[in-house]
Amino acid sequence: MFPRLVYESFRRQTRRKLLAGVAITLGVAVATAMIAVATDIGDKINRELRTYGANLLVTPQEDTLDVEIGGVNLKPPSDGTFLNEADLPKIRGTFWHHNIVGFSPMLPVTVKVVEGASAIDVTLLGTYFNKALIFGKDEFTTGVRITHPWWKVSGIWPDDSSQNVLVGKRLASKFNIRAGDTLEVNSHPLTISGILSTGAAEDDQIVGSLLLAQEILGKPGAVRRIYVSALTKPEDALAVRDPKTMTPEMYDRWYCSPYVQSIAYQLQEAIPHSHAEQIRQVAQNEGTVLSRIKGLMLLVTLAALFASALAVSAAMATAIYERRQEVGLMKALGAGSAAVAALFFAEALLLALIGGIVGFGAGSLLARQIGQSIFNSQISIEPVLFPIILAIAVFVTFAGSAAAIRRAVKFDPVFALRGEA
Amino acid sequence: MNTSPSTVHDADQVANRRADAPHTSMFVRMLLRAAVLRRGRAASALLAMVVAAAVATAMMNLYVDVQAKLRSEFRNYGANVVAVAKEGQPLPADALTRIESTLGPKTLAVPFSYAVARTKDGQSVVVVGTDFARAGQLNHWWSVTRWPAGAGEALVGMRAAAVVTPDRKPFELTFHDRAVQLAPAGLLQTGAAEDSRIYLDQSEFQSWTGVAPTTIEIAVSGSTAEIEQAIAQLTQILHTADVRPVRQILEGEANVLNKTRATLYAASALIVLTASLCVLATLIGWVFDRRRDFAIMKALGASERLVNGFFAAEAAALGAIGALLGFAIGVGVAAWIGRVNFHAPVMPRFSVFPYVLAGSIAVALLSAVLPLGLLRRVAPAIILRGE
Repeated sequence: MFPRLVYESFRRQTRRKLLAGVAITLGVAVATAMIAVATDIGDKINRELRTYGANLLVTPQEDTLDVEIGGVNLKPPSDGTFLNEADLPKIRGTFWHHNIVGFSPMLPVTVKVVEGASAIDVTLLGTYFNKALIFGKDEFTTGVRITHPWWKVSGIWPDDSSQNVLVGKRLASKFNIRAGDTLEVNSHPLTISGILSTGAAEDDQIVGSLLLAQEILGKPGAVRRIYVSALTKPEDALAVRDPKTMTPEMYDRWYCSPYVQSIAYQLQEAIPHSHAEQIRQVAQNEGTVLSRIKGLMLLVTLAALFASALAVSAAMATAIYERRQEVGLMKALGAGSAAVAALFFAEALLLALIGGIVGFGAGSLLARQIGQSIFNSQISIEPVLFPIILAIAVFVTFAGSAAAIRRAVKFDPVFALRGEA
Repeated sequence: MNTSPSTVHDADQVANRRADAPHTSMFVRMLLRAAVLRRGRAASALLAMVVAAAVATAMMNLYVDVQAKLRSEFRNYGANVVAVAKEGQPLPADALTRIESTLGPKTLAVPFSYAVARTKDGQSVVVVGTDFARAGQLNHWWSVTRWPAGAGEALVGMRAAAVVTPDRKPFELTFHDRAVQLAPAGLLQTGAAEDSRIYLDQSEFQSWTGVAPTTIEIAVSGSTAEIEQAIAQLTQILHTADVRPVRQILEGEANVLNKTRATLYAASALIVLTASLCVLATLIGWVFDRRRDFAIMKALGASERLVNGFFAAEAAALGAIGALLGFAIGVGVAAWIGRVNFHAPVMPRFSVFPYVLAGSIAVALLSAVLPLGLLRRVAPAIILRGE
């Protein structure tokens, strides 16, 4: 009898059930989408923060002091020690290599550029633009186009194997040269493939491939410093501790957390005779920005959950309130309060489950849409979210119905049947 | 039968009073009585309205304010505009005051002057003159063990310290045959070029080397357009300088801010939509529930216009009251989120109130119109019979 009551109730009151079901579906969809976005926003924003560029700098361990003002090197060019280019792909072999978005080696060389009658000193910076490298079986590309996304080129980016160069914006206007011209550098003619604008020291420099800079310097394989852009975890008390003073367990935990300090430590291990340091301007600020945005989305998600819980409750309350006559009839025929309540709760459970499943699907799609249109990447939905969402849907539906069911059950059948509600 | 004259008189008085009273008072009375008699249902409809308005207000307030809040967080990344003296042309001596009076007190400008000095054993090292108080304020990420406080004290970069003063003892530097004795006050660590430099107070630096500031790093707060405007203004007032944006900082900020804003926008839209649906569902139930009032009014001869007007006025009043209460609560919620997350309250924005009010009334009217359309087709007698 009981299943039949429930079945008939759904069959005969399709419109009302549909209304309540739509409310639950919508509520669950919004809740699912918001939870998915809020749990993934940290990763997404972390990736976006990489537009600030490298957060780690690797230099030779026994390095002499940089004597550099406004990007102009005032030190003899062959002075100091170098890193070995052949060691670079090893960065892909570190523990946190999945977190390393990219890296760019740099080799500044002072060159003479002939302008009119006189020759002036200009820095030529050798680097990777978008170089294809291989580590083991792992093929990847890296270079300034990944680590320095704010570099803008009017013209075309040179190839890493070519002798073509980019000329900084200010230098170009000083020499009055354009993309496609040739420039005499140390009496080599170099083709300018584009004009580079960075808003920093490179605007006064020439940027070419690492190979070109090594040739000019006469030191094959030499690299002055490496900029590494890595996804990191905000710093906490453990992060700033000295690994030498840690207990073995603590050391393991520290080593296996993507702190900027532990990634620096691993880079030092991977590249011989190197010193890796966080670039504090970039690394230190990431944490605050990240935690602010995550906190904001968490609170907004709470608001969304609250609003959808309310919508579901309101819809359920209305749906039950409209059925007082039915309750009156059932009670007049001898149904007890418990039986009536059981019927309503069974219906609510069924609605919540159907609405929850459909809503979860719709919410996942919504989250995917948001991820795709805002961050250009998928927002992954954890499968563990499904039972949680379903449980919340059932709970909210029950909570929303409870007050209305209690009132409906208490109602005198006589009044209900006479229509004097 | 034995009605006393006074009662008759009273009844006449009441009748007269009612006849004289304008028709509007009946309308208002019906509205008020409806709310009082069915306060349970009216209260739940109002509650839904208030919550929806509150959520909408909070989201709109946040949406507007969070951008400003995040921008101030982004200022921790340091200067976003740099003014560099053109070759051979010094910056005006009052450049800092000029910048600050043009761009307002929220702008932070820090002067830097550079020179290459030699250590006792002939090593070259870059020495920088600056204003320590301002530099510390601008560059929050500088890790400094102790800021220089007195004369003859210098802030020594981590790597420079290893060369000039490995034992943290006072050291000597020479610039064009003029020597100075400096004591290391503290160590500076940034992970960038600053680590190889030695920082001195500007006046001390200038009396030693005679070099005036050549670079001013400026943190301008505001949107991209405001910063562009600031750069144009600075170019006007500093003729001898090349004013340029720090693209790394500006583009990073714009990118992260845009993504956050878009996410917040999507979230706000979803939340406001859900809240409106909730109101719609509740109010439709409420109006539908009152079909007997509707039938009685029609049976007593009320015109279609009057009945519609009555329900519309009721819905509008509910919407307006809900919007008012909801706005107050929503502003509170936004302020709370601001305090919890940004440690600064979100200022109430009264400019969003008209939108909340209009939206609430629109949703309320919509939810009154939908059931009325259904009821109009039914004869009053059928409703009154309880069918």
